[in-house]
Amino acid sequence: MTNHAHAAPAPVGGRLLSPVTFVLGVLILAALAILAVRFIYGLGAVTNLNDGYPWGIWVVADVVIGSAFACGGFSVAMLVYIFNKGEYHPLVRPALLASLFGYTLAGVGVLFDLGRWWNFWHILAPGYASPNSVMFEVAACISLYIVVMWIEFSPTFFEKWGMKNAKRKVNKAMFFFIALGTVLPMMHQSSLGSLLVVFGTQIHPLWQTIVLPLIFLISAITIGYAVVLFESCLAAAGYRRSIEMHLLTPLSKIMLGMLGVFMVLRFGDLVVRGALGYAFEGSLQAVMFWLETVCFVAPFVLLRSEAARRNPARLFVAGGLLMLGGVLLRINAFLVGYDTGEGWSYFPSVPEMLVTFGMFAIEILAYIVITRRFPVLPREDAAHGAAH
Amino acid sequence: MASRRDFLKRALAGSATVATATVCPQASARGNAEISPDAVGLLFDSTLCIGCKACVAACKEANGLPLDYATPIEAAWDVPVDTTARTFNVIKAYVDGSGMNKDQVKDGYAFMKSSCLHCVDPSCVSACPVSAMTKDPVTGIVEYDADACIGCRYCVAACPFGIPKYDYDSPTGKIGKCELCRHRMPEGKYAACAEVCPTGATLYGKVSELKAEAKRRLTLTPGTETTWPRGNLSTGDQPSWNGPAPAYVPHIYGEKEVGGTQMLKLAAVPFEKLGHKPLPERSFSSQSETLQHTLYGGLVLPLAVLGAMTWVAKRNVKHDDEGADHD
Repeated sequence: MTNHAHAAPAPVGGRLLSPVTFVLGVLILAALAILAVRFIYGLGAVTNLNDGYPWGIWVVADVVIGSAFACGGFSVAMLVYIFNKGEYHPLVRPALLASLFGYTLAGVGVLFDLGRWWNFWHILAPGYASPNSVMFEVAACISLYIVVMWIEFSPTFFEKWGMKNAKRKVNKAMFFFIALGTVLPMMHQSSLGSLLVVFGTQIHPLWQTIVLPLIFLISAITIGYAVVLFESCLAAAGYRRSIEMHLLTPLSKIMLGMLGVFMVLRFGDLVVRGALGYAFEGSLQAVMFWLETVCFVAPFVLLRSEAARRNPARLFVAGGLLMLGGVLLRINAFLVGYDTGEGWSYFPSVPEMLVTFGMFAIEILAYIVITRRFPVLPREDAAHGAAH
Repeated sequence: MASRRDFLKRALAGSATVATATVCPQASARGNAEISPDAVGLLFDSTLCIGCKACVAACKEANGLPLDYATPIEAAWDVPVDTTARTFNVIKAYVDGSGMNKDQVKDGYAFMKSSCLHCVDPSCVSACPVSAMTKDPVTGIVEYDADACIGCRYCVAACPFGIPKYDYDSPTGKIGKCELCRHRMPEGKYAACAEVCPTGATLYGKVSELKAEAKRRLTLTPGTETTWPRGNLSTGDQPSWNGPAPAYVPHIYGEKEVGGTQMLKLAAVPFEKLGHKPLPERSFSSQSETLQHTLYGGLVLPLAVLGAMTWVAKRNVKHDDEGADHD
């Protein structure tokens, strides 16, 4: 391995209160108020959930999509430590930070949605836990992964608080936590797709397949890279830092490679099952399928040449579209393609959406606070020797 | 170039492992679950149902269920239109055109019972992460335990018949569904809906006997006089009556659907018109569990991947540490 001279991570600094953080704070307070109503009067008081659509955006957006967006840490860690691409090391900490909050909040978000939340511990308690259930697998793996990620991220806190000894100790065993941190997301990101297998014919043939676990896993890894592109561009713009193009350009190529694998798998499966015909019916499902597909194809067009991949705006848009494709894949599979029979419909209520916005606001706010105060992003002056 | 080839090789090897495991489930495949020889259930014969809804009222009473307020509060009585967390059994009506003729598709009407079918291989039990939905190994009744339930509603979403329902109006909402009056069984009683049914349209009994009775009915020539049992088929606790046989649709709904159900249904109007979609014979839970057991059986695959990842990570992280020690 070549020894890459990385810029050491350092706090960005600056003020915590800004118009952006203020708006985030308001969104968080609104979500908390709605949640208070939910816990006093029940799920029906604030959501549009019903027995035809018992799972709404609190499950699909906060948990299924939220955790897929949080795959940046997993995807980049795999690149750096498993495929030995050390040059991407500066991306690990910021990606891991976003993942940490994405997953922690997905875990907390589940509690809001659980109708009998005080029993939540049953899911991991012997005597109650049922290993036949796909949800048990998801819960067990996500819980464990959240712990593993806090351990993976702990050196950042140890650095900040000058706990050199603790940092050294954790670093000694870090290789094992890194390995666990790649296996656990593989398990639960695939299981988030497997959740739908037991729904059988209630899921539209464009999405119901026994290879759902693989489709969800590969798309989650791809989304992980897209999130890193998107976030890096956003962080650079927000903090007025230079964009790490020397890393993002090759990373986008890896992302396209994974996306290619995904597309071959997705369409190969549709053709093998003979389900592609449903995409040409005049149905809402067909329209949504093509919207989803366009989002997955667009990055190939946007980033077709090396010159295009050096354009930060293109990286940002391509990353964003790929994330949107991942969002649509999940919403389509869980909601649009889900049909329990006539007479049922679901569209999230405003309070329901506000809670979801609040959840994402907590993530963004935490990212801002931590990157400003803790050593996460690469030290700017050392990055290129670029003067500002 | 070497490192890129390496990257591709490892990526392909990894995907291939997962792909093989996903696509070739033979190793730990499980078929549909087998029915218990002592399984109990119901036989609902749509042609015998007169739509009196005595079963709906009896179900409410036997299970201590409150009003659903499906009809305006000033109305003389409450008529639930669908099963909910507080209504475990309803009778639905099929009506076409003038709706004059019983059990006819055109200008006719027919009744259908909607309540838990007590699947032999239930999706709700497979889905439930906390063993709140369980299947009794002897009676085969699909039972619910609110004290174990976390309210995730995976059972509600998974059931192909839309049976388990959640109470969204309560901060401590429970799942509600028919449990075949299992709480009345210690007193020697059976399902209240079958007990009160005046025509024997809902019949309680051992599934093996109910199935034989259903098959007997399908062999009858329409119009011929026959005997209709009532109440509990296995004990014959109520007097039967005689009447002519209808022209059945030659299908016992629940005999094969999703691996079979312990509630069997007969009708003279096609089941699709009565809100019963055709379903495959392979249970969805067996597909889901075969997939899970293939990937996670004995944790072999996850541990193998973890071993490989640990080995690779240990090699690569060391380098990283040495680099970091320089600063």
